[in-house]
Amino acid sequence: MNLDAKIPSGPIEKKWAKHKFDMKLVSPANKRKYTVAVVGTGLAGGAAAATLGELGYNVLSFCFQDSPRRAHSIAAQGGINAAKNYQGDGDSIYRLFYDTVKGGDFRAREANVYRLAEVSNNIIDQCVAQGVPFAREYGGYLDNRSFGGAQVSRTFYARGQTGQQLLLGAYSSLMRQVSAGTVKMFARTEMLDIVIVDGQARGVVVRDLVSGEVKSYAADAVVLATGGYGNVFYLSTNAKNCNVTAAYRAYKKGAGFANPCFTQIHPTCIPVSGDYQSKLTLMSESLRNDGRVWVPKQKGDKRKPGDINEEERDYYLERKYPSFGNLAPRDIASRAAKEACDDGKGVGESGLGVYLDFASSIKRLGEDAIRERYGNLFQMYEHITAENPYKQPMRIFPAVHYTMGGLWVDYNLQSTIPGLFVLGEANFSDHGANRLGASALMQGLADGYFIIPYTIGNYLAGVKPNTANKVESAEFKHSEEEVQQKIKKLLSINGSRSVDSFHRELGLIMWDHCGMARDEKGLKEALKKIPKLREEFWKDVRVLGDGEEFNQSLEKAGRVADFLEFAEVMCRDALEREESCGGHFRTEYQTEDGEAKRNDAEYCYASVWEHKGDGVPPVKHKEMLSFENVTLATRSYK
Amino acid sequence: MDFKVHVWRQKNRNSQGKMVTYELANISEEMSFLEMLDVLNEQLIGRNEEPIAFDHDCREGICGACSAVINGVPHGPEHGTTTCQLHMRSLKGVRELFVEPFRSRAFPIIKDLVVDRSAFDRIISAGGYVSVNAGSAQDANNLPVPKEAADKSFDAATCIGCGACVAACKNASAMLFVSAKISQLALLPQGDPERDRRVSKMVKQMDEEGFGNCTNTYECEAACPKEISVENIARLNCEFLRSTFISNEE
Amino acid sequence: MGWLTTKMNSSVGQKVVMAITGLMLFGFLIVHLLGNLSFFRGPEAINGYAATLHSLGALVWVARFMLLGIFVAHLSMAIKLTISNRAARPVPYVNKIFQKTSVASRLMVITGLMILFFVLFHLNHYTLKWTYPEFNDLDGDVYRMIIMGFSQPLTALFYILAIILLGVHLYHGLPSTAQSLGIYHKKYNCAIVFLGRFFAVVIAIGYISIPLSVLFGIIK
Repeated sequence: MNLDAKIPSGPIEKKWAKHKFDMKLVSPANKRKYTVAVVGTGLAGGAAAATLGELGYNVLSFCFQDSPRRAHSIAAQGGINAAKNYQGDGDSIYRLFYDTVKGGDFRAREANVYRLAEVSNNIIDQCVAQGVPFAREYGGYLDNRSFGGAQVSRTFYARGQTGQQLLLGAYSSLMRQVSAGTVKMFARTEMLDIVIVDGQARGVVVRDLVSGEVKSYAADAVVLATGGYGNVFYLSTNAKNCNVTAAYRAYKKGAGFANPCFTQIHPTCIPVSGDYQSKLTLMSESLRNDGRVWVPKQKGDKRKPGDINEEERDYYLERKYPSFGNLAPRDIASRAAKEACDDGKGVGESGLGVYLDFASSIKRLGEDAIRERYGNLFQMYEHITAENPYKQPMRIFPAVHYTMGGLWVDYNLQSTIPGLFVLGEANFSDHGANRLGASALMQGLADGYFIIPYTIGNYLAGVKPNTANKVESAEFKHSEEEVQQKIKKLLSINGSRSVDSFHRELGLIMWDHCGMARDEKGLKEALKKIPKLREEFWKDVRVLGDGEEFNQSLEKAGRVADFLEFAEVMCRDALEREESCGGHFRTEYQTEDGEAKRNDAEYCYASVWEHKGDGVPPVKHKEMLSFENVTLATRSYK
Repeated sequence: MDFKVHVWRQKNRNSQGKMVTYELANISEEMSFLEMLDVLNEQLIGRNEEPIAFDHDCREGICGACSAVINGVPHGPEHGTTTCQLHMRSLKGVRELFVEPFRSRAFPIIKDLVVDRSAFDRIISAGGYVSVNAGSAQDANNLPVPKEAADKSFDAATCIGCGACVAACKNASAMLFVSAKISQLALLPQGDPERDRRVSKMVKQMDEEGFGNCTNTYECEAACPKEISVENIARLNCEFLRSTFISNEE
Repeated sequence: MGWLTTKMNSSVGQKVVMAITGLMLFGFLIVHLLGNLSFFRGPEAINGYAATLHSLGALVWVARFMLLGIFVAHLSMAIKLTISNRAARPVPYVNKIFQKTSVASRLMVITGLMILFFVLFHLNHYTLKWTYPEFNDLDGDVYRMIIMGFSQPLTALFYILAIILLGVHLYHGLPSTAQSLGIYHKKYNCAIVFLGRFFAVVIAIGYISIPLSVLFGIIK
C-alpha cells in the first residue's frame, strides 16, 4: 500500500500556496466534461458539491436522507473555530495550528493541520457572505466564545445551533447549483458500493430507498463525505442513520482505513435513562464556559445537589487542571468524569453522571445572560430530563461523539485509491487522536469549500473524461450483482432477532471493551465476541418486507452488517496501539496520576489498515509522522 | 403507561391507506415518542408483521426529519417540540394515540408515516440563497450587521424544514416555511441584492408545488417546533409587494 | 400590465387582492353605515340623505359599478382561493385539532356566502323592491320604508343575523388585511389587531341598531 502523503516541500506556512500554484488545472471549458460523484451532503459533502458545481464540473450528489439539508452536521451546537483574532487576544494561524496538533495528542499530520488553520478564516468570510446569522456584538461585529483546549476566544457561533446555520448555508449554495443545472441531486439514495475500473474510482452503486432499485452512476472521480462511524457503539450522539457503510465499502475495495480506534467520547451528554434508549444527546461543550463540573466529595452521597455545601463538593476539573479548569479538552474531561464515577461519586439514579452547575454564573451574570447564550440547550435538557437547569445543576455523562479515524488520505485528500477523495469526518487527516471542540465544522467546510476544489482539478487534469456507457461495463455489473446478492441474502434469512437487537449487542461489546478505557484483555475478548455475533446475525436476523420498496429494516440491516465487520478492525487497531493518546486510553499505559502516556518512540505513526479479503486478517501499514514545527511534548493542561 | 395506538398504514404512494390499531403496554414515561414507536416496531417484528415506517434521524430536534400528526397536532401536543423530543410523560392521562402522516397534496405519502417533502428543496432551489461563489467573499467583519437584525434573521433561520406548518394549516399552506427563508435573507445586507428576484421565484415555485394559500389563521406558528413567528409571513408579503410595485423586476 | 396580472394571480397576490378589495368594501360599509345612522335623526335627515344621493345621477351609477366590480373581485378571488385550498389536502385527517385557528377564520367561506345571499336579498328588498312592490308607493320615503320593513319580525331577525355574520367575517378579515399587505410591527401589531376587531364589532352594532330599534318599537 502506497502511503505517500505528497506533502509539498518548503516551510509549512508556504506549502499550500506553493502547492496551489504547482497543481495542474482543468480549463473552464473542459470542466463540464468531467463528472464527479459526491456522496453525503453534510458540511464537507454539501460544500464540495456546491463548489465543484460553481466551478462548472458536472456533479452528482447523493444522500440517504430525504433532503440534503438533514445531514448530521446540522446537529453541531457550539461553534466553529477560526484564527481571525477579532478579539485581539493573541490568536494567529500558527496558534490555531499549534493548539490543534497538541489537542490531537501529536497524532495528526502537521502540513494538513496548518492548511486547515490557514483556510479557517476564509470559511467565516464565506459563511457570512452566504447570510449565515452568526452571533454579533451591539456594534454589529462578530462575537466569539471560548472552547476547550484553547486559551483564546476564537469560536464563532450562532446560539447553540451553529452546525445548523452553517449546513443550511452550504445547503443553500448546493440548491443554487441544482437550479443552475451543474449539480444533480439524488436524495433518499444510499451508496452501497464504489466501482473501481483499472485501479481508479469510476463510479458508485446506489439503492434508491423509495423504489428499492439498485443503480449505477459513472464518474471521473468519487468524493466520499459520509461522516463518522460512532454508531458502531449503538448509543452515541450521532444521528440514528449515521453509518460506516460507504467508507467501509471503499475500504473493502482497497482504500486504507486509518486509526479506526481513535474515537472521541464527549464529556457533556445527557446520561442514559433506560434500556429502551435509542440515542444520546449532546450538551454543547460551550456550556463549560459558564458551567462548573463537580461531584460530591463523599462516595455514594445521594443528597439533592442543593443540599450539598460548597466544601463538600469536588470541582475536580478545576482542581486537577487549574490553568484550563472546566475547559480541559474533551478526552481529559471525559476520563476525569469516568474516574469520579468509577470511584463511586457519580450522581443520579444510575450513579453514571456528574453535575454541570450554572449557579455561580447565574449569580454573576443573571439568568437572562445565561438564557441568551444557551437558551435552546437548556430547553432541550429540560425536555429530555424534565429538570430545570436554571434551578438545579445539569447531570451529564460522557458519550461517543466523533471519530477521528477514517479513510486514509494524502495532502490532496485522495485515498489510496486514485480518484477516490475523502472529506470531513470520513477521513482521518486533521485531528490526530483527539479533536478539539468547534474544529469539526471547520474541517468539514475547509475540505469542501477550499481544498477539494483545487486538488480534484489536479487529479482530473491527468485523466480523460470517460463516463459514457461506463455503467454497462463488467466492473459495474459485478458490483451491482454483489449488492443485489447481499440484499437478497438479508431478506431470505428470516430468523428470529430484529436488526436493532444485534446492533444493541454490538454496541455494548464495543462500549465495554473499546470505549473510554481499553485494555488488552478486553480487546481480545471483543475480538472473540464480534465474529460470533456476526455469525449469529447472518443466521438469525429477521428482515421483513421486500427489496423493491421503501424498507427501513433492510437499510438498517445492511448498515449493521458492515458495523459487525468494521468493529473488528477497530478493536484490532486499539489492541495493536500499545500506548495511550488522546481518545485512545489503554489502562496499561498511564502515568502515576492517571494521565495518558504516549509512546512516541514506537507509535508516532498513523496505522493504516488494508483489507485482504473476507475471513483474512487485515494488514497494518504505517505512515510515520514527523513533527518539524511543533515539538513533541507531553500534553499538559495543568 | 398503556396505550391504544391508531397508526396510519399505507404500503406505498399509490395504495389506499387506513388506520390500524395496536395495543401497547408498559411504556416508560421517560421514553421519547419515537422510542415508543421503536418498542411497538420490535413487537411487530416479533409477530412477523412489517414495522411502521417513519422518518427520523438526529433525534435531538434539529434535523427536521421526524414528522407525524399526533392526536391532531403536528409533532404532538407539546409546544415548540419535534416528535423526537416529545416525551411520553407529556402524554400523561392520554389513553389513545392517533398517529397520522403530514397530509398535503405537495407531500405525497411514501409509506405509512413517511412523506416526500422534496417540494421544500425545490422552493429553496428557486431562490433561497445568496449567490456567492466559494472564495469570493470579503472579510467577515467588513460589513457590520446590527445585532437586532442578526438576531431576528437567526430566529427565522432556525427553521428545520420539517413541514409541520403545512401539516397544521387548514389550507396546507407552506407560507411559514417560505417566509422564514425570505425573512432570514431580507433582514441581512447580504440578502439585499437578490431580494426581489428571490421572493418572486420562491413564491412562484411554492404555487407550482400545490400548497394552499395563507389565510392568516396562524395555526402554523402554533405548530412550529421552532416557534417561528408569523411576522415572517407579513415580511414575505411586504417583500412581495415591493418586488411587484417598487422594483424594476419584470 | 402582464407583470401585474402574473403577480396578482400568485397565491400571495390573490391575498393582496382580497385584502385591498376587502378594505374597499369595508370603506363602503362605513359610508353606508354613516348614512344609515341618519335614520336616528328623523325622517328629514335620512330622506334628505337619500335624495342627495339620487340627485348625483350618473355618479351614483359609477359608484355602483365600481362597488360591483370590487365585490365581484373579492368574491371570485375567494372562490378561487377556496378551490385551491381544498385541493391542497385531498386526503383529510382522521383526527385533527386546531390550536389557534379562530372560529371566525374557519367560517370565512360560510359567512362570506351568507353575506352574498344577504346582499342579494337586501338589494331586492330596498333598492329593486321586486318582492316588495308596496315600497314603490312610498314615493322615496326611506324612513317609512325602514320602519315598515323592520316591523316584520322575521325580516328584522334575518337582518340582525346577517349583520352578526358580517361582524364575524370582519372580525377575522379586518386584522387579516394588515398581515396580507405586509404590515406587521412588534410594537404596533397588538393595536392593529385590536383596531380591526374593534371596527368589526362597531360596524355590527351600528347596523344592528336600526332593525333592533324598530323591532322593539323604540322608533316608530
